[in-house]
Amino acid sequence: MSHNGSHAHAPKAYFVVFAALMFFTALTVWAAFQHLGVWNTPVALAIAVTKALLVALIFMHLKDSPKLTVLVVVSSILWLAFLIVITVSDYVTRAWLPIYPR
Amino acid sequence: MADAHAHAAAHDAPPELRHHFVDLPAQREASSLGMWLFLVTEVLFFGGMFTAYTVYRSTFRRAFEGASNLLDIRLGTVNTAVLLMSSLTMALAVWASSQGKKKLIILFLLATIGLGSVFLGIKFVEYKEKFERHEVPGPHFVVPHDEKTGEALPRQSEMFFTLYFCMTGLHAVHMVIGVGLLTWLIVKARKNEFSPRYYTPVDNVGLYWHFVDIIWIFLFPLLYLLGRHTL
Repeated sequence: MSHNGSHAHAPKAYFVVFAALMFFTALTVWAAFQHLGVWNTPVALAIAVTKALLVALIFMHLKDSPKLTVLVVVSSILWLAFLIVITVSDYVTRAWLPIYPR
Repeated sequence: MADAHAHAAAHDAPPELRHHFVDLPAQREASSLGMWLFLVTEVLFFGGMFTAYTVYRSTFRRAFEGASNLLDIRLGTVNTAVLLMSSLTMALAVWASSQGKKKLIILFLLATIGLGSVFLGIKFVEYKEKFERHEVPGPHFVVPHDEKTGEALPRQSEMFFTLYFCMTGLHAVHMVIGVGLLTWLIVKARKNEFSPRYYTPVDNVGLYWHFVDIIWIFLFPLLYLLGRHTL
């Protein structure tokens, strides 16, 4: 594992990532006030995912982590997707049948 | 021969190495993987709330947008910046411990605690305002009025505030635990328990702290920003 080597030059990268995180924070606040129609939420989520990736890859060293760790992280997102997609598919399709009043 | 090898290893082993690991890198990888597995369970812990949020927000869109606009966007933005800065100081603390810079470790850990406390202080101010304005779900909840039109919001705005308090409350509990863990790290650092060879506790608390930061990265737009374009 290149753990020690990757930490040696780390601080510079950390400050760059921090600057990027602050930029994206300002960007998401600005974007929230724009009239983007249905795109307001996707834009906000895309910016949030970008910020989360920066934190995970650089601050949490996921970039230099063993493949097993990456697999664990990806699987957590997969299970979260199951949770949300299956639940929402239930609620969305309820209105398709007239027997459930809304 | 296996015996002789084990015997030699026991004598040469650094004191930080637990006997059931081959060497320090193996021990570090195992503990890091364990921490990530814990964070996976945390993803699903918060995931339940994010799912509830998705369902109720899509069902009661107007109520959620109107209620979201009643949150203080300036305090929310400042708090996001404060928390991101605390992640920077945490990352620097992990780096300092990998370099064996004891004074810097303690300095960066103190900065992280300070910024975490500022975050919790601002959250307290926000909660207090919600209590004073009767926007806390429960018997004293008063249906709030739209910021722009002045009309009463739909009754389901109470559900937005229920989710707001559950999600930010659970997040704040994690922050309080994090501040406790950071204090514990400072005590250990003062006792010279960390070295470039062994700083696993700093590394793992760092992972925890950054994870809590990531949760807020999603909470901020979902709670504070979803209805701003209607203003």
